[in-house]
Amino acid sequence: MELHDVWFVLIAVLWIGYFFLEGFDFGIGVLTRLLARDRAEKRVLINTIGPVWDGNEVWLLSAGGATFAAFPDWYATLFSGFYLPLLLILVCLIVRGVAFEYRAKRPEESWQRNWESAIFWSSLIPAFLWGVAFGNIVRGVKIDRDMEYVGNLWDLLNPYAILGGLVTLTLFTFHGAVFAALKTLGDIRERARQLALRLGVVTAVLALVFLGWTQADKGDSTSLAAMIVAVVALVAAIGANQAGREGWAFALSGITIVAAVAMLFLTLFPNVMPSSLNDEWSLTVTSASSSPYTLKIMTWCAVIATPVVVIYQAWTYWVFRKRIGTQHIAEAVH
Amino acid sequence: MDLALAPETLARWQFGITTVYHFLFVPLTISLAALTAGLETAWVRTGNEKYLRATKFWGKLFLINIAMGVVTGIVQEFQFGMNWSDYSRFVGDVFGAPLAFEALIAFFFESTFIGLWIFGWDKLPKKIHLACMWMVSIGTILSAYFILAANSWMQHPVGYRINEQRGRAELTDFWLVLTQNTALAQAFHTLSAAFLTGGAFMVGIAAFHLARKKHILVMKTSLRLGLVTVVIGGMFTAISGDVLGKIMYEQQPMKMAAAEALWDGEAPAPFSVFAYGDVDKGHNKVAIEIPGLLSFLAKDDFSSYVPGINDVNKAEQERYGPGDYRPNIPVAYWGFRWMIGFGMTSLTIGLVGLWLTRKKFLLPQHLRVGDDEVPYLVLLPRKALGPTLTKWYWRIAFLTLGFPLIANSWGWIFTEMGRQPWVVYGVLQTRDAVSPGVSQGEVLTSMIVFTTLYAILAVIEVKLLAKYIKAGPPELTEADLNPPTKIGGDSRDADKPMAFSY
Repeated sequence: MELHDVWFVLIAVLWIGYFFLEGFDFGIGVLTRLLARDRAEKRVLINTIGPVWDGNEVWLLSAGGATFAAFPDWYATLFSGFYLPLLLILVCLIVRGVAFEYRAKRPEESWQRNWESAIFWSSLIPAFLWGVAFGNIVRGVKIDRDMEYVGNLWDLLNPYAILGGLVTLTLFTFHGAVFAALKTLGDIRERARQLALRLGVVTAVLALVFLGWTQADKGDSTSLAAMIVAVVALVAAIGANQAGREGWAFALSGITIVAAVAMLFLTLFPNVMPSSLNDEWSLTVTSASSSPYTLKIMTWCAVIATPVVVIYQAWTYWVFRKRIGTQHIAEAVH
Repeated sequence: MDLALAPETLARWQFGITTVYHFLFVPLTISLAALTAGLETAWVRTGNEKYLRATKFWGKLFLINIAMGVVTGIVQEFQFGMNWSDYSRFVGDVFGAPLAFEALIAFFFESTFIGLWIFGWDKLPKKIHLACMWMVSIGTILSAYFILAANSWMQHPVGYRINEQRGRAELTDFWLVLTQNTALAQAFHTLSAAFLTGGAFMVGIAAFHLARKKHILVMKTSLRLGLVTVVIGGMFTAISGDVLGKIMYEQQPMKMAAAEALWDGEAPAPFSVFAYGDVDKGHNKVAIEIPGLLSFLAKDDFSSYVPGINDVNKAEQERYGPGDYRPNIPVAYWGFRWMIGFGMTSLTIGLVGLWLTRKKFLLPQHLRVGDDEVPYLVLLPRKALGPTLTKWYWRIAFLTLGFPLIANSWGWIFTEMGRQPWVVYGVLQTRDAVSPGVSQGEVLTSMIVFTTLYAILAVIEVKLLAKYIKAGPPELTEADLNPPTKIGGDSRDADKPMAFSY
């Protein structure tokens, strides 16, 4: 395995980390409207991710930065090609971050309501768009011989990619509901579990179609294995949720995300962005990668830094391990 | 195509807007993180409640500010790929590495420990809670260092070679990229300026309250801390600016000639106080100068030759081929002056303030006040300022909170525009760096979207800051004074409301 292959795996790891972690906090954002009955419950949900969402989002920045360093052409083609969807994602991430921090900082009803809407939409839209983006990456887009994206916005909104978007949206929302059941107390915990069942079924249907389509189009035996893991984990997550095993349900919904994203990357390799115009023009791990020297330095950094990050982020989850209920939410505005 | 709307022009405007805006928050984040950590350290060590109240007050303003810094930083990370894809392809091998290091090492640090700090008041023993804030502070400084090393490489590319076959720059010495003198001097200069900014922010807000005789105990401490920070930060900013200036004369003579509107080389070279010139003809119509000073700034003596704009332009034409290698001279010239002018005004106000509010033992008996009284502003050895002058000092001190922000912005505009037409000096021109596949409409769309969003958020942020500034430091609660002894919170607190919740 050469260094650019290692980096393909590491980029996949960063994206998997991002979708695993931000997946449930996007889900929580969506659930503020689907699950919470009143403001106190909304706040319970938001506060389950309060201390951690920002750290979760850095997985995206790391994936972006690492792609820039390890595969500059991938970074350049992807972000200049998917310009408008990415713009929308960035706007959502900006609004979302500010919304969490500022929502409780004024008592006015309209202020709080507006930021709550912002949290809902700015969680829902990226959760959908990331699936669209990855669907397009896997499917292949119009890339010319100079590695430039030559399609337009509508080319990105094809049925396969939109289905991918619906899968990430429902899967993240399911993951969020399972997380909510794990982290909350009282009535909302029960309802989170009930909602998780319904979301899980919808997710399972959509995911099966999307992953099956992917497998039929691009798959091989390893991707098939990943797909089976994803589907089995999803079904098991639904079962664990029904059995009231919330920790297991969360771990399994996490494994679903890990396996599904891994499957997409497996079907991609050795391409990083296939061209739908001509196979020769596809960006590959070799044609898009950095020099061996840069990859070597980056490898040292990633190999040392990533485990440390995982340790202290895991510690954060342990510090905030207690469940939250409406009794823990102070009335006063901060 | 109309030049004003050329993709390069639009992309540059967008980069300028998003970057200057982002950098309004960055220096405050860097310095307030350290200052808040310092105040919390004082609380943990002394148990004096005024330090905890100060920590909570400045910590809240810090959080309102860092939220904006973080979210606008996301755009920074991705806009290279969006608007500058040819730049990304050409330099990614070199430039990408410090960015990735920044994310993997610094961003994770900052964002994880800030979460622990915000929500950790009732979940962490106080020493661990304090350690989290120091971690955030270390994260902000590391982050600054990596990104400044990346920027320094654009100012003075080192440790790379050009791979003709792949048509790009490739890294050969990462350590050199991280430790070249440009990077060290830029980091030194930017970090000192960050502390000048945060110090001035503290001074301004403390002055606002002291002028109204409110929250005196906390605000006196804050004023003192702010003034000392302004003076130390300001002096280091000046020293590092001089160091950086000398490096720039070596590495980018055009930028410094433009900064001085020095059209033709002179020995000794004068420092320009005011100039108004004709860019097309290449000379100044009006110029007020201090003889020899520029030679001193550039070379440490009063007689050395300093090359002018026309000389460097000619030399670059010989080296890189025909073209105009001059940046926008008025922007460079005035940007340089606004940077120094506003920054040093803050330093002066800080120095004056430090003297006016000097320690008790330097004051005669009748001008000494108790801890809960507003200090006299004592200019002469034995005489305090009258009410009018006192009012004016507080007013000016309040205004000074904005000065370093202006200075910082102009500093970046100067150093980035002064490097034009290069994006990587001597290696890649800006016009060759834009995304060829991105349409004018797309760039225009994103520019309008970001500018509008940023403008709205600016209004919201400033109003929110004003609200919490006016509210002053919070009263402490029982829970504040009895932090938990166990990680995760004490069991007796199991059903209590969280100390902080969104």
